[in-house]
Amino acid sequence: MSDIHALSGAYAVDALDDIERTEFEEHLAVCAECRAEVASFRETSARVAETETEAPPASLRDSVLSGISQIRPLPPEAPALATEPPTSQGPSRARRAWPQILVAAAAVVLLAVGVLAWHPWHQQESAADQVLNAPDAVSTTQHLKGGGELTLTRSPSLGRAVLVGHDVPTAGPGKTYQMWLQQPGQEMTSAGLMPNAEEPTVLEGDAGTAAAAAVSVEPEGGSAQPSKDVVAVFPLKAPPGGNDGA
Amino acid sequence: MSHLRPVPSDPPSDEGGSVSAHLAELLKRSSRGDESAFAEWYDATAARAFGLAVRVLRDRAQAEEVTQESYLDCWRHASRFDASRGSAISWLLTIVHRKAVDRVRSAEASGRREAAYGRREQGVPHDETAETATASLEATRVRAALADLTSKQREAVELAFLGGYTHTEVATMLDLPIGTAKTRIRDGLIRLRDALGVGEVAQA
Repeated sequence: MSDIHALSGAYAVDALDDIERTEFEEHLAVCAECRAEVASFRETSARVAETETEAPPASLRDSVLSGISQIRPLPPEAPALATEPPTSQGPSRARRAWPQILVAAAAVVLLAVGVLAWHPWHQQESAADQVLNAPDAVSTTQHLKGGGELTLTRSPSLGRAVLVGHDVPTAGPGKTYQMWLQQPGQEMTSAGLMPNAEEPTVLEGDAGTAAAAAVSVEPEGGSAQPSKDVVAVFPLKAPPGGNDGA
Repeated sequence: MSHLRPVPSDPPSDEGGSVSAHLAELLKRSSRGDESAFAEWYDATAARAFGLAVRVLRDRAQAEEVTQESYLDCWRHASRFDASRGSAISWLLTIVHRKAVDRVRSAEASGRREAAYGRREQGVPHDETAETATASLEATRVRAALADLTSKQREAVELAFLGGYTHTEVATMLDLPIGTAKTRIRDGLIRLRDALGVGEVAQA
């Protein structure tokens, strides 16, 4: 798996694309360390802005002040969650599944509040939904030998693809589905695991330039190379005007 | 993770916590509809907000629009500002930056940005900061801290934050393998943060 923590700096200075940003925000929901780091980076970048000050024209002040006189400030959000989110959950997640889920849900709610507080203009849409709803999204469905089907949806403009299964048999005990992408002229590289085939899952990596995507059955935890047990291969056409320049 | 280091709790900024607390107080009063508090908040922060918008957008008319939108958002959402999550100025500049970047990226299709970058590359991407900057102590301190980064870190942070480019674009511009620019940006921010003594922000 890629180290998503490494995106904290790029996230803090708005240097992620929309998909990466959504993915990172999903990660922030469960990573207090990244939340703290992002906050510290934003304080830092605010200081960098000190080197770029420029007085705006007086007319701007007039527009702003006459603008606010016609806008009603929103009330504060209800302080619904007074409890601390879990900052250190420890590895004992198998012990009691239900409280863990509640805790995770609370963290997500808290993050949603936090994200709203910081990005009041930002409508949350999951990374997978962004790909599925992209205007240039194209879907291909493959029927699996073992039953069920897998649908790959790719958006060249977003450079991302999403896989979702219907009635796909489980990978089996100790096994998992793993996704792959192949860049032109290269080996297949892992595009992440697909622990729940019925759940739309975004492939990691640049699906915009990829020549093919695939799904295989691998031992739990995934493999560096695909096994022989490949259940689906999706050849991908180069998008119009696309190249590997980016 | 090992990247979080304990930091002295009080920000050793020259302006100190009192200015920051005053700005937070102005926002709080604004959230109750106090227009004079908001006017004071505007006067105290507008040069930073507008300067950042100009730097990212390179177009004064658009920078004015973005700055205005940002302040109207600020007014509307002032009650959502939470001082325990960060400073008021950082909250404002986060809004301004995001709006400026969104606008510049949506304009990308028209190809204007390519031209803008071409012009800039032939110029002096770093030293031009001196022209517009105020001679404030803080700016001097920040510039010293920037100068202390490796040139790759500084270029990566500046292209991302002040240039509004994605880490992938930054990688291409700096001839770095895709995926390494994000590390440079993060390493640069960590070093800057530590040099400037920016403390960790308590997170709810």
